[in-house]
Parts: sequence; C-alpha cells; structure tokens
Amino acid sequence: MNLLQVDDLVAYHGLLQAVRGVSFAVDEGTIVAMVGANGAGKSTMLRTIAGAHRAAAGTVRFAGADVTHVPAHRRVRHGIALVPEGRKLFADLTVEENLLVAGRRARPGPWKLDTVLESFPMLRPLRKRRAASLSGGQQQATAIARAVMANPRLLIVDEVSLGLSPLAVDTVYECLAVLRTAGTTLILVEQDLQRALSVADHVLCVLEGRIVLGSATAAVTREQVTDAYFGLRPNLSEQS
Amino acid sequence: MTWINAVVQGLLLGGLYALFACGLSLLFGVMRIINLAHGDLAVLGAFLVWTISTQANLSPFWALLLALPVMLAVGYLLQRTVLSRSLRGGPLTPLLTTFGLGIVIQNALLQVYSPDVRSLGGATGALSTGSWRLTDQLSISYIGVLTLATAVLVLGGLQLMLRRTSFGREMRATAQDPDTAALVGVPASAVYARATAIAVGIATIAGTFLAIHSTFDAASGPLQLLFAFEAVVIGGLGSLWGTLTGGIVLGVAQTIGATFDPQYSILAGHLVFLAILASPRGRSILTRSDR
Repeated sequence: MNLLQVDDLVAYHGLLQAVRGVSFAVDEGTIVAMVGANGAGKSTMLRTIAGAHRAAAGTVRFAGADVTHVPAHRRVRHGIALVPEGRKLFADLTVEENLLVAGRRARPGPWKLDTVLESFPMLRPLRKRRAASLSGGQQQATAIARAVMANPRLLIVDEVSLGLSPLAVDTVYECLAVLRTAGTTLILVEQDLQRALSVADHVLCVLEGRIVLGSATAAVTREQVTDAYFGLRPNLSEQS
Repeated sequence: MTWINAVVQGLLLGGLYALFACGLSLLFGVMRIINLAHGDLAVLGAFLVWTISTQANLSPFWALLLALPVMLAVGYLLQRTVLSRSLRGGPLTPLLTTFGLGIVIQNALLQVYSPDVRSLGGATGALSTGSWRLTDQLSISYIGVLTLATAVLVLGGLQLMLRRTSFGREMRATAQDPDTAALVGVPASAVYARATAIAVGIATIAGTFLAIHSTFDAASGPLQLLFAFEAVVIGGLGSLWGTLTGGIVLGVAQTIGATFDPQYSILAGHLVFLAILASPRGRSILTRSDR
C-alpha cells in the first residue's frame, strides 16, 4: 500500500516555482533516496510534504487521507516527521528537552524518551548538554532522535550527511538502521550517491523542480543517476 | 541616611516596575513583538479590579483574584483574534496594532469611567499606608515589600514554569524557532495565545499594585509602558531575572534622582536607560532584536 502519494505538487519559494508538478508514491516500509543538485527543489518539496511549506497546487495524500491543507503540527499526529536541513535543534534547550518537546504531542507508539535513548546510546551521556554545544554528528543524531520521538510512520531526513565527518556519517546511518528495522518508512536526501544507492530501495532524482528519474535502486546504474542529476538524459545528449 | 533611604525605596519601587516589565518581556521573548498596549491592558485590569472591589465591597486582593481569570481570557482572545492576524503581516504590523489597541482601550475607559482619578489605596486600609519604622529617617512600607515579594514570586514562578514544565519547554522551543516547533507537533498559535494570556494576567497584577500604590486613570497606561520598556531594556531583553534587576535599577535611579530634586526623578530613570542603551551591551541588545 502507498503510504505517501504525491500528485502534481507545485510549490513556490518566493517568486520562484521551486516544485513544478511533482508526482510520486512511497510504499510503506521502504527507504527512498532523493538526490539532486543544490537548488533543485528537494528541500521545498519535502517541507511541503511535511506541511512546513504551502502547496500552491496538487495534493499530498498520507495513509489514505488528503493532508494537503493540514498544518505541519497536525501532520506530525498523522505520522509525518521531518528532520529539516541544518538540523534546526532548539539551541538553548538540552538534548533531553529537545526530545521531550517532540514527545509531548507525539502520535501514540513505542518511541518514548527511554526507548529512544536505548536506540541512540550515544545521546545518553549528552542528555544534559545544551544542543548548541554538540558536534555536527551529535546534532544530527539528536535531530533524528527528536523526530523519532513523534513515532512517525514516515521519517524524512533532509541532508543526512551534509557537513558531517565520515565517522559521524557512519554513526548517523547506524541510527537510521535502527528505524529501518523498526519498519519506519524513510525518505533521505543524500549527496553521497554511493551511500544513497546502497541504503535505499528506491531512488528519486530531482532536477529543476521535477523528478527526472524514479526507479528501484536495483534497476538503475550509477551512471544513469549521474546523468539524471546533471540533466543529461540520453535523448538530450543525442541532440547536442 | 537619605541615600540609604533612596536606595531602599527605589528597591521597593523597582518591584512594581519589574511586575509591569514582566509581561512585556515575556511577549517579546516568546513572540518577538513589543506590545504597546501593555500599559493600557494593565490599567484596564486595574479598572476591572476597582469595579469588582467597589461593587462587591471586596478587598482589592480578592477582587484581583476574581479579575485574573477574566483578564487571562482577554489575553487569550486578544492573541487568537487580533495579534495572530497582525503577526502574519510582518514585524511592524503588531507594533501598529497594539498601538491602536492601546488608544482604543484608553478611550473606552474614558467613556465608561470618566477622566476621574481613582485609587485602590483607600480600600486596602493599613496595608497601603502602614510601614515598619526602622529608624527616624528610614521606614519600609508594607505595600512596597508586598509588591517586591509579588514581583519575585511572579518572576520566579514564571522562570520555574519555563524551565521545568512541559508547557514551558514548548514555549521556549517556539520562542527559538516556531517553524521547527511546528515540525515536532507544537502549534505556535496555541503557545502564543497562552503566553499572551499569562502576560495580560501579570499586567493585571501590576495594574492593581499600581492602583494600590498611587492613583490611576484612563490615561495612566503609556507612562507605565514606558517604565516597563525601560526596565526590560536595562535588564536585557528576554531575560526574566534581568527584568527584575532592570526594574530595580530603574526604581533606584528614580528615587536617587528625586533626592536631588523631585523633578529629576523620572529624568534620572530615563538617563540610566539611555546610558545602558548607548553602552556596548545596549548595542548588542539592539542588534540581537534584529535577528
């Protein structure tokens, strides 16, 4: 069953049409990697799905319900959680407070402060630290843990590894592996193509606000994704 | 001895200013708006307390207890109707809206209550006139101590609420980043409405203490807003204990100014405010509020 169904979604970033009629579906329990250059419209698309950005046209259906005009804080109750680009932790709150804020209006489910700290053991010694004092990797782990506190059915992580050391990236993917085993559906924005293709079941390539390639990762080669990333579709390259 | 007396009286007066400043500081901290109707809302609260007190023949403190829920509701509805709309219009619209709201409240009070000057001091009896006489030149009034104690209690309670309760956490998270707060399920509008309710509630307490301390009329609001604003800036924007310090600094400056000559009282307060504003710390406050 499709957990998320996006049809002809259009969204503006100021005057720019950042998302230009995008349609795709995500099956429950799968991992989708979204790749695309900076400014391709990935973040706006994902924020629109999470309700943080207004959709100008099109629909977003989640678990059968039309949530296009549901505000972001209620979509959390439906089970959509977004880890925004740049982590966006509440800097003056401690790690534990960041988690508790997200837990208060959570969808009922297995994830509570204790279970989250059990699954993200590196956060336990940091509980009383202010979020602003954490390293990039610790912040990303906290941001993911905060989103998990809401017991999401769909977790969207924008820029999983941006600005993180290779070691920190491994740690963050360990966190995500926990969610995969828990059966959470994931949409990841990942610039590291190698990693994106190895983790995900499905890949979406975004170019100038449109999805130019959508395929199961098993059925696509690295070259095909790279070509789509740069807008080099076979028919276009033949013409030039 | 006159100096000690000036400092002590200023300390007590500072409690009143801190009470006024508290709600202003809270709204600025949480919603990043400066509520220019704050003083008038406080005076509105004072009139409500006065009405209840005289109609039901109650002590002003019992009347305050009855008025508080009403004023909390007023604050809540104010955010839900007027402020939430103007917040969407950018940072300047709330300034204009609350400025207009202040004028509306002043004129409505003038219509209903006439321009007569009133006081709740008479209704509290010995509390507002009595004092502990420490020496011949130094006495501490009951009402001054009660005001300062109330200010400390209110600020302390607010601080505790923000630090320890889940609602306080939501308020701090929303203050820092309302968009991200929505992404973790916290509706900013609900948090804002409760913050405004609390701010108007505290303004009512402040207005009542002003009315017991001295006199008030329909036009008393703007001066109290000015003192509150000065206290907030002196103490540092968004810091609650700083607000208490700011109120006390302002109070002490005014009473010390008054020992030179009563006409310098308010001027001395303004000068301290301007000095803080011109200092490096004041500049950092101004740039921080641009954020």
